[in-house]
Amino acid sequence: MDLFRLKAHELHEKLTRREVSAVEITQSVLARTDKTDTVIRSFITRTQDAALAKAKTVDEKIARGEAVSPLAGIPGALKDNMCTNGIKTTCASKMLANFIPPYDATVTEKLAAADAVIVGKTNLDEFAMGSSTENSGFFTTRNPWDTDRVPGGSSGGSGAAVAAGEAIWSLGSDTGGSIRLPAAYCGIVGLKPTYGRVSRYGLVAYASSLDQIGPFARDVRDCATVLGVIGGYDRRDSTSIHSPVLDYTKNLGVGVKGLKIGLPREYFVAGMQPDVESAIRRSIDELVAMGAELVEVSMPNTKYALATYYLIATAEASSNLGRYDGVGFGHRGEGNDIVSMYKRSRAEGFGPEVQRRIMLGTYALSSGYYDAYYLKALKVRTLIKQDFDRVFEKVDVLIAPTAPTTAFKVGEKIEDPLAMYLMDVCTIPINLAGVPALSLPCGFADGLPVGMQIIGPHLSEEKILQVAYTFEQAHDYHKQMAPIREVD
Amino acid sequence: MQFETVIGLEVHTELKTASKIFCGCTTEFGGEQNTHVCPVCLGLPGVLPVLNEKVLEFAVRTGIALNCKISPYSKFDRKNYYYPDLPKNFQTSQYDLPICEGGYLDIEVNGETKRIGITRVHMEEDAGKLIHAGTISNSEYALVDYNRTGVPLLEIVSEPDIRTPEEAKAYLEKIKSILSYIDVSDCKMEEGSLRCDANISLRPIGQEKLGTKAEIKNVNSFKAVQRALEYEQERQDEVLSEGGRIIQETRTWDDSRGVTLSMRNKEQAQDYRYFPEPDLVPIVVDPSWVETIRRALPELPEARKQRIMKNHGLSPYDADVITASRPMADYYDALLAAGAEAKAAANWLMGEVSKHLNACSLDIRSCPVPPANLAEMIALIEKGTISGKIAKSVFESMWTEGKAAGVIIKEQGLVQMSDEGELGSIVEAVIAASPQSVADFNAGKEKAIGFLVGQIMRQTKGRANPELVNRILKEKLTGK
Repeated sequence: MDLFRLKAHELHEKLTRREVSAVEITQSVLARTDKTDTVIRSFITRTQDAALAKAKTVDEKIARGEAVSPLAGIPGALKDNMCTNGIKTTCASKMLANFIPPYDATVTEKLAAADAVIVGKTNLDEFAMGSSTENSGFFTTRNPWDTDRVPGGSSGGSGAAVAAGEAIWSLGSDTGGSIRLPAAYCGIVGLKPTYGRVSRYGLVAYASSLDQIGPFARDVRDCATVLGVIGGYDRRDSTSIHSPVLDYTKNLGVGVKGLKIGLPREYFVAGMQPDVESAIRRSIDELVAMGAELVEVSMPNTKYALATYYLIATAEASSNLGRYDGVGFGHRGEGNDIVSMYKRSRAEGFGPEVQRRIMLGTYALSSGYYDAYYLKALKVRTLIKQDFDRVFEKVDVLIAPTAPTTAFKVGEKIEDPLAMYLMDVCTIPINLAGVPALSLPCGFADGLPVGMQIIGPHLSEEKILQVAYTFEQAHDYHKQMAPIREVD
Repeated sequence: MQFETVIGLEVHTELKTASKIFCGCTTEFGGEQNTHVCPVCLGLPGVLPVLNEKVLEFAVRTGIALNCKISPYSKFDRKNYYYPDLPKNFQTSQYDLPICEGGYLDIEVNGETKRIGITRVHMEEDAGKLIHAGTISNSEYALVDYNRTGVPLLEIVSEPDIRTPEEAKAYLEKIKSILSYIDVSDCKMEEGSLRCDANISLRPIGQEKLGTKAEIKNVNSFKAVQRALEYEQERQDEVLSEGGRIIQETRTWDDSRGVTLSMRNKEQAQDYRYFPEPDLVPIVVDPSWVETIRRALPELPEARKQRIMKNHGLSPYDADVITASRPMADYYDALLAAGAEAKAAANWLMGEVSKHLNACSLDIRSCPVPPANLAEMIALIEKGTISGKIAKSVFESMWTEGKAAGVIIKEQGLVQMSDEGELGSIVEAVIAASPQSVADFNAGKEKAIGFLVGQIMRQTKGRANPELVNRILKEKLTGK
């Protein structure tokens, strides 16, 4: 039996029934990765020894008859922008190619406390800036469904790893769609929780007011399980929310009868791939058939979201990335004085997209431009939030496409940043509003997975997961794994 | 043309909280380089700040003491600039919504009270310290000590209400006095826990519009602030009188040469790109909490001064000197509590005690003579047990030996001779032995009496009660 093909909850059951050991599960995933990752290239750093050691301790606990958490002994992966004490955390940047943090992110600590097995750190667009992993300072990750295509980004390594069986679950970070887009392109479930639901402590910042960590999994139940482990208030993150973490798996089966689903017309953009749109519309019809009520809604400020995002996110990034100056850590370039050292370090350490966003953000915050760009963007952000507040007075959740297309080819958009930015048009407003949203597979277009986005009000993760679960259980998309043509 | 000087001061004070503003590291001064650090204050990738609530409390306390409005809603902002003592290359500070605004304090110069407006008080983090190999412009390398990085600071900005360098010094002394009274800062300029930047400009008398200002940095004592401003006032006056133009610039004070020098002008000034700090939530202050802090505020120097003047009849000058620092005022109160007479206590404190403290560079808190001992000695003078003159040598012994006044007097046989009979016979003997002086006295030379008193004092080793000697001597000489 290929253990790497199973879900976390299935593996947990087998573990507790002592049908398999955590070491066997881990070995299965590691062996799969040995085979697939030469093609897929999900991982920047693999941590096989630590993974097996952790698995062994879980087996010992089980042998002693101790109760173990649902993630105990289950192999997962972390996006390489989450700090791991003693293990390289590179953000896929030459700047941090050799950076070994002396501390753990809160999510890393929580996963360790839950006895989760970590098999490695996954590839991303440098500093989480991008939609394809092509901006990685090291290499591009491939989509397991078609290795000529991108896995989406920026958390492409985490998405591809789960889709390829190189991890059972993983964590990504989502600033403008960086979990949901790879989830959609890789045919798995990805959740961006409410801003502040998961602590950002130890997540290397891209845009602080938008960044949020969330899970990838191969089904909704696993996604709910991981959220339950990583969520919660953290006194080290002032922006984390004081609200108890629920057992998100508990009421998954309540169904959608009477549920009011909003259909935001602005999310069905011009230029959308027709078979993507038809897959979404068909899925919505199915939810209606299951008892949900459909309400067409309008969110008129959606059209400003992309511009707003690229001002706010880049402004914050220009400041957040100021610390990479060659002084205390990270890449240091040669220079005769401090200023030339700064310039060389940053010119050599950062890739073109990171440099582009730093410049854009610096410009937006500059005196004389601040009011016209950054301040105006903050105001529009408030209007976008109000769009959400208004519709959630009328509906329980919104349903929209996650992306206007299926996964594109490697190299197809890399020369055209604006075309690349458009991939995030359906996901970005959600980050600006700080609300939670989930992407789950809802069909295929030309053999490639299509992602459907379920969006809810603040802290409505439980509701979103229930809707997703109901839809998922009526289909078998979650039972299909990407056939990797070079391997399988 | 006659010019008027306009001065505004920016005071930075380190708060004496136990831990730093955004992490748990100690704020202790000194310590091995780069030992009071953690991932947060080093600005490592992924870290987040958490506001130390004590900093907020100290800021509110300061705001109240400086008669400010405490903002119910305030926030932090990032001030972006590149400097190797700033690990994140931005300083977390407050920009448009500071915690305190619109206060004032009263200073006294040449016996007149003047009110100086306080524009704002805001919270921010301190930077680290650079140690250059050589001079700042020629050093081959520099080392960074991050121990100070993240130590909480308050920036107190005055209105341009100050008109003379002397007023500037008085303002700083008042600020220091208040900050130490309310126990938020050590205010040690030598350790950098109190720092001052001064803005100064000149304008023709009667003109409303402010002239172009220079900002003076790197001034390390109150005296230096005054001197730097005096220099700069003169420099600007000269430039303007010759029809020149003042350039808006930052100047540094060179204390040894006694001049200000141009550092950089504002045309090349940096754009700090301030924007709201997204990692910290806005600060919402509960008015009832502010009231709690207000009620717990200790008596401020001004109130204490008024109390001392009213209850003990001290002059404004004496009361000012005594209340300038809280430990001094506490010492004074302790003297009175131990029974010392108010005026005599003030004179001793401002006289011998201060003289000795200055000579030994000691703070009143480490004065070797406890208030109770000094009070005992003052009472012994009052009772006539020792003379004021003897008391000075008694104090000397108390200072060096740490014994009580009574013990020293007994040991050294310093009790004043106040026995009229005994003194009478000594006086008679001296008169008999000094016929020339007696004759001079009788001839109307009042001065001759001084010689006779001197003789009596010599014979009694200074212990004779001087008032009694004077009276007996006059009686004997005039035969009354």
